[in-house]
Amino acid sequence: MNTATAQNIELPGGFAANHVIIKGAGAPVVYLHGPFGQEWDGFLDDLSAYRRVYAPAHAGSEETEDLEHLDSLSDLVLYYDDLFDRLGLDRVDLVGHSFGGMVAAEYAATFRDRVGKLVLIDAMGLWRDDAPVADHLLVSPEKLVKLLFNDPSKPEVAAKLAMPKERDAMNAAMVQRFGALASTSHFIHPIPERGLKRRLPRIKAETLVLWGAQDALVPPIYATDFAALIPHAQVQMIEKAGHVPQIEQRALVSDHLKKFLT
Amino acid sequence: MKTIWFHMQGYRDLPDDFRDRYDSIWVTPPNDELCHSEDVAKYLHWNLDELEMADDLGFDGLGLNEHHQNGYGFPISPNMIATVLARRKSDAALVVLGNTLPLYNPPIRVAEEFALLDCLSGGRLVAGFPVGSPMDTTGCYGIPPTQVRPRYYEAHDLIKQAWTRPGPFAFNGRFTKLRYVNPWPKPLQKPHPPIWLAGGGSVETWKFATDHDYTYSYLSFMGHKYAKVLMDGYWDSVAKAGMDDNPYRAGFAQLVVVADTDADAERLYLKHLRNFYSKSLYVAPHFGNVPGFMTKKSFEFQLSHRGASAFSFDFKPHEATWKQLVEDSRMVIGGSPATVATQIEEAVRNIRVGHLMVILQIQSMDPELTAYSSGLFAEKVLPKIKGIWDKEGYRDRWWPQGATRNQPQLAQPSASHAVEAKVQA
Repeated sequence: MNTATAQNIELPGGFAANHVIIKGAGAPVVYLHGPFGQEWDGFLDDLSAYRRVYAPAHAGSEETEDLEHLDSLSDLVLYYDDLFDRLGLDRVDLVGHSFGGMVAAEYAATFRDRVGKLVLIDAMGLWRDDAPVADHLLVSPEKLVKLLFNDPSKPEVAAKLAMPKERDAMNAAMVQRFGALASTSHFIHPIPERGLKRRLPRIKAETLVLWGAQDALVPPIYATDFAALIPHAQVQMIEKAGHVPQIEQRALVSDHLKKFLT
Repeated sequence: MKTIWFHMQGYRDLPDDFRDRYDSIWVTPPNDELCHSEDVAKYLHWNLDELEMADDLGFDGLGLNEHHQNGYGFPISPNMIATVLARRKSDAALVVLGNTLPLYNPPIRVAEEFALLDCLSGGRLVAGFPVGSPMDTTGCYGIPPTQVRPRYYEAHDLIKQAWTRPGPFAFNGRFTKLRYVNPWPKPLQKPHPPIWLAGGGSVETWKFATDHDYTYSYLSFMGHKYAKVLMDGYWDSVAKAGMDDNPYRAGFAQLVVVADTDADAERLYLKHLRNFYSKSLYVAPHFGNVPGFMTKKSFEFQLSHRGASAFSFDFKPHEATWKQLVEDSRMVIGGSPATVATQIEEAVRNIRVGHLMVILQIQSMDPELTAYSSGLFAEKVLPKIKGIWDKEGYRDRWWPQGATRNQPQLAQPSASHAVEAKVQA
């Protein structure tokens, strides 16, 4: 299996370079991560076995000063459009998780001919008073684990949550998490809803809405709402999974992705 | 030295098992379970009675601040309370420390209300411009943590321009866009009321203070020994900016309890101090340390200095002893008037402070006990501390023009004062 490489992609507009993780061969897929930072989880290895996967870092997570040039999600959509240009990607498939799903949906509703297929995994972006999206920023670490995972005792989850023991590495990990939470909350705090429901019907891409059936952060009823508003969408519930089904049910998620994307 | 009687306006009757039942004093303590409007109606009158008493007792100023959704102090709109005080015939300063600028939208409201207060009080207003706590800004008012400081700086610029430029003019900010900035009235004090900053020790605020020649107040409840490292940092940045070491560039908040004897003080106040430290400072870490509220640079600095503080001891607030609070840590200054006066002088000289905010009403204390402590302070401590910094010849350039109490030099202005006043204008 080939290994992932990282490229610093320079961007216009005074932004810091984006550190994009790239792996695999084939038609391009871009993965937009959630609020806890850039990641390369096992399911991206599975995906890169048949596609070329690009996993950028969220804007401003490296340099929070970048956020001075980004006031809204529409600024962020243009940021990614510039990034795709610099990566030489004309038409892409987009996979977005959580906050990244919200951004992917915004992008697909804006640049509707540039996105081939769209996968939303436990995406933020909608709001129901009868099933509010929980707060992931102002919560205790103990409560956050319960919001994110169906079964925190699983080894996959423990591995995902593990922090480096050595002090410098731990500090670096904390700084990375700090930057990710700060830069994503810039766009969505205190409620991750900015009118996306008005724009979802514009999406042309065939869409897979994939959801952890036990998601306590963004409850599964939102999967139905996304599918109802996006013209060509199907829903796939993943049992025994919380907000991060690609960690708790990697094989199942990878199977569904492969079926949908090929 | 100026002594300001500062009222935190906390909730006086929190249940004994508060910490067992709830995870934070701030943002989420459920109002229907804990905050009874009938009690608040009573407290509000007590608060105003106590502030008016402090005015009558001859303190140099009366202090108010702004916080939201908590039991530690919920003086929601200090301007409303200050308006009641501004109506009194008085020569004391009204130190509103302050309005949390990022919370006002559009922030021209602060320019208007402070100007109103300044006019009504006869130019006695101190205009405090705090950035705000993470709890108030990102917790209670829903501001993204990365936008708190940018909103603060922009609001500051707007307000200062509104006070100093002829209106109407246009203000095109990132967050506030106003075609016609033209507040009626402008403040009575010219060019504007003294602007005071307040903070918990962030480097950015020190720089802002020196950039604008503002005075900076460090608001903590940990006493001068703990504050020493931070205040030294502030004074270093003042020196680096090439400015003088005038102690009126700095303010400090201090819990003080006074009784006839040291032993009486322990007997009367220890339970109130334990109550305050165990409940009022019980802020859930996830509300107090929010990613993005401080810059990444400050966060890295904080991480790399973890555990580096020379000041630490095993502190269990609900069972803290008088010795721990008053003698070992000096978090609280308490005892007989003589003890208190000595310790205050030691504290303000240690961290070089010209504006001392004394907190003599400590949460669960009733009005009678507050009056006893404040009365002793005014009668027997104030006379001993008011001359601190006088013989060094420092002048308070950050005191409101209309607050003439204890300011004999203003009755007979010397030539140098007249020159400085001209320069300021």
